[in-house]
Amino acid sequence: MEGRFVINGIEKVLSFEPDATLLQALRDGGFSEVKRGCDTGECGACAVVLNGDLVTSCKVYAASVVGSEILTAKGLGTVQNPHPIQQAFVDAGAIQCGFCTPGMVMATYALLSKNPDPTDEEIRRALDGNKCRCTGYVKIFDAVRLAAERMRDHG
Amino acid sequence: MDRDFSSVGHDVEKIDGLSLATGTGRYTDDFDAPGTLHVAVLYSPHAHGIIKDIDDSEAWKVPGVVDVMSYKNAYDDMPKVVHTTAGQGFPEPSPYDSWLFDDKVRFAGDRVAAVAAETLDIAREAVSKIKVEYELQKPLFDPERAMDPGVPVVHDRDEYMPIPVPYDPSKNLMAEKIFSIGDVEKGLAEADIVLDQVYHTHYAHHCMMEPHSAFALFDETGRMIVYSSTSVPFHVRRIVAQVLDYPLRKVHVIKPRVGGAYGGKQEAFIEPLAAKFALRTGRPVKAILSREEVFTSSRTRHPMRVHVTAGVMKDGTITALRMDDLMTAGAYGPHGLTVLCNAASKVLPLFNKVENVEFIGRTVYTNQPVGGAYRGYGVTQATFGFMQFIDDLTRRLDVDILEYVKKWHIKEGEGSPVFEAIGEGKAGVPQVITCCKLSECIDRGAEAIGWSDKRGRHISNSPGKVRGVGMAVSMQGSGIPLIDMGSAYMKLNEDGSCNLLMGASDTGTGSDTVMCQIAAEVLDISTDMIVPLSSDTDVTPFDVGAYASSGTYVSGGAVRACAEDFLKNIMKVASVMLEVPVERLDTSGGRIWDSDNPDVSTDFGSLCCFSLYGAGENMQQIQGYGSYTSPVSPPPFIAQFAEVEVDTFTGRVEVLRFVSAVDCGKALNPKMTEGQVEGGVLNGIGYALTEQYLFDDKGRMTNPDFGNYKVFGSLDVPKIETILVDSYEETGPFGAKSVSEVCINGPAPAIANAIYDAVGVRIFDLPLTSEKVLAALKDVDR
Ligand code: FES
Ligand code: FES
Repeated sequence: MEGRFVINGIEKVLSFEPDATLLQALRDGGFSEVKRGCDTGECGACAVVLNGDLVTSCKVYAASVVGSEILTAKGLGTVQNPHPIQQAFVDAGAIQCGFCTPGMVMATYALLSKNPDPTDEEIRRALDGNKCRCTGYVKIFDAVRLAAERMRDHG
Repeated sequence: MDRDFSSVGHDVEKIDGLSLATGTGRYTDDFDAPGTLHVAVLYSPHAHGIIKDIDDSEAWKVPGVVDVMSYKNAYDDMPKVVHTTAGQGFPEPSPYDSWLFDDKVRFAGDRVAAVAAETLDIAREAVSKIKVEYELQKPLFDPERAMDPGVPVVHDRDEYMPIPVPYDPSKNLMAEKIFSIGDVEKGLAEADIVLDQVYHTHYAHHCMMEPHSAFALFDETGRMIVYSSTSVPFHVRRIVAQVLDYPLRKVHVIKPRVGGAYGGKQEAFIEPLAAKFALRTGRPVKAILSREEVFTSSRTRHPMRVHVTAGVMKDGTITALRMDDLMTAGAYGPHGLTVLCNAASKVLPLFNKVENVEFIGRTVYTNQPVGGAYRGYGVTQATFGFMQFIDDLTRRLDVDILEYVKKWHIKEGEGSPVFEAIGEGKAGVPQVITCCKLSECIDRGAEAIGWSDKRGRHISNSPGKVRGVGMAVSMQGSGIPLIDMGSAYMKLNEDGSCNLLMGASDTGTGSDTVMCQIAAEVLDISTDMIVPLSSDTDVTPFDVGAYASSGTYVSGGAVRACAEDFLKNIMKVASVMLEVPVERLDTSGGRIWDSDNPDVSTDFGSLCCFSLYGAGENMQQIQGYGSYTSPVSPPPFIAQFAEVEVDTFTGRVEVLRFVSAVDCGKALNPKMTEGQVEGGVLNGIGYALTEQYLFDDKGRMTNPDFGNYKVFGSLDVPKIETILVDSYEETGPFGAKSVSEVCINGPAPAIANAIYDAVGVRIFDLPLTSEKVLAALKDVDR
């Protein structure tokens, strides 16, 4: 089947099987920045912002969200013009293999758009659905704090 | 050591950081080609059996199925090559005991058949329609019984060991390493007390976020390209060619971004499968493991029994030390010898003043998941036992463990006979420690955790919760001496930038960035003038790969050698261009000038233009190359401290704080170095407390997902601190040793020791679960 979505601000028609997950539909549609780490909703690598909320796209049927607005890491910024969150992840040393990073960045974005000045505890809770095996999370927390600070200053 | 560097030693931004953060960095599964087939694999549900027959007729009928393969047809057009999946130097110190397909299954998760189809769903559906008739055999699950007469034999075909070391599959003996120095029996007899204790470590998984992935297709010339999520692209090329009996020159392996490896991708087991399907169908083929398959069919940390016996005098002198280790290989033997050897060679030399030392190491086959390389590589397992043993010993002698370790640990200028006795499977090489700041690590770590205020205080801030602190020290190596080799190539461009083509594999560690820093340092230019390209078997020179903590030390050594050669060639051409003898030339910041007359000068860019377009018959590409192998493997040292709180009602152990003080030589990129340590530490804490494989009585893993396997998430993270103790290893590139593995060794023993400090119980078996702690507490109560 086919469905129309607004992905990263641009209307896009994706074709997918009726039982396909949003993750599958997005990846098949060329949005390879949405990573697949588990397919069971546990790693957060596939996290995207769907109509303003963070979701793990492997736990959502594409058919059930046709017409939605979806934001991925590529929609947030580019290498030439990165979003402050993306730059903060680089600056804080929060990226090692980077496989978790697009999902982490989206989780951070979802957090900071609702709570621009999160406490450490709130940061931890917001990232709870995103696993990272490389960093031990220490520098990821730094990155979120740094991004929050910069976005407050300039934002 | 005070040295000033302009690139190394600074937090240079990770070169691929923004591309990863914005999602443009590509991993194997992100590559695509029209008409790609997808692979699903049928795995054995049984731990041990002979396949009597396979009926795949229904699978072929599923629309969209293009190929079905099993032992029945895989060898129609090629020999059945016995090989090892271990991506190690050649000939590998691992048994040749694997086949693309076999008619025997040796663990629940062994490959039985595979389907290539238009979509993954179709392939999976077809797999479910394959009928297999097994003749079940008794499985072997108990490594302690593996060598008993009459037990099931896991391997009985044409398996062999490619290097001359003990190997006897008829007894399930996968590897054996025994050596002794002095006379242990005599040393034990002379001792005031003899301590004897057995420890067990468990199955664990790397849990890299990106699953194992391979994508095979043909380029326009008909050569095969294999994109692989691997730490060892050059070994993958060799293994694919070997398994498929296909010319190596027709295989081109590309390592794109890799989503974590930690040793788990030092293995080629799906690449040959994808490549074989590509050969048979002529189509691009993707084989990507599901998370469940990653757990059940890839590689694991080898479980190990660590049995330590020591004779000790009242003054603390260890008169004899015996370590008797039994390691479980599981159904196949990749890394089964070398991991075992490391459990001795990188643990026993720490206390190098012991005169009588014995190591009895055996690795046995069982019908269980397959062990492989995993960060720490045997040192982690042995250190869990050994550092608890030392904690116990010092408590019995009533001496301070910090002072004890500081007195007895190996020091600068010292060696150990163990270095010579044992190497990677064979004898080792003699080594004198040229850089060891372990005592300083101990002091600084102890201070950071507040050791003197907390040790033995049983602090309790809430009812039933008691705190304690514990520590552990360990060492690792930096590459494998006289075995590991890396190489690199550089060339100069018109804007003064340089391409750096290197065999080194960045699996997420940041090695591409560090290599650029090393090259930039040699050339005295800024890091962003270096354009790295790593691990493409067609384009870059050879490197053994990212393992054995060899990246910065060995591959970095190659990049340094390469950059030095490159700089020499730059100067030669500059001498021609400026008409100034080489000895009079100076360079800095990409400029070159006559030291007698600084007005006579050029820059790298102009020099390149001259050499490419203006040098007449001297026109040339300015280039450089270098290879590096090391006669030694200088160990990094680490002292790690845990503060825990034990809930005496539930047995739950919470790590409150974890401090690591590490001597890794000069940290070439301190922030990335810290990141490495922090990641390894949290992985080690998870390994210590919660992560484990659970099996049913048929030998099947029952918790193959992140939740039930219990990978740590952001809510579980304690306060983690990393102290980089200043040091300088003369043999390393700009003073560097390694750091990636050593950091994972300490958490388990330090936490176990802290539990004892808090509540006086010792847990000898990993993981240190609430159940075990509670049971031990009840035992003490009684
Ligand atoms: S792939 Fe969706 S949460 Fe892991
Ligand atoms: S950076 Fe590798 S999993 Fe997070």
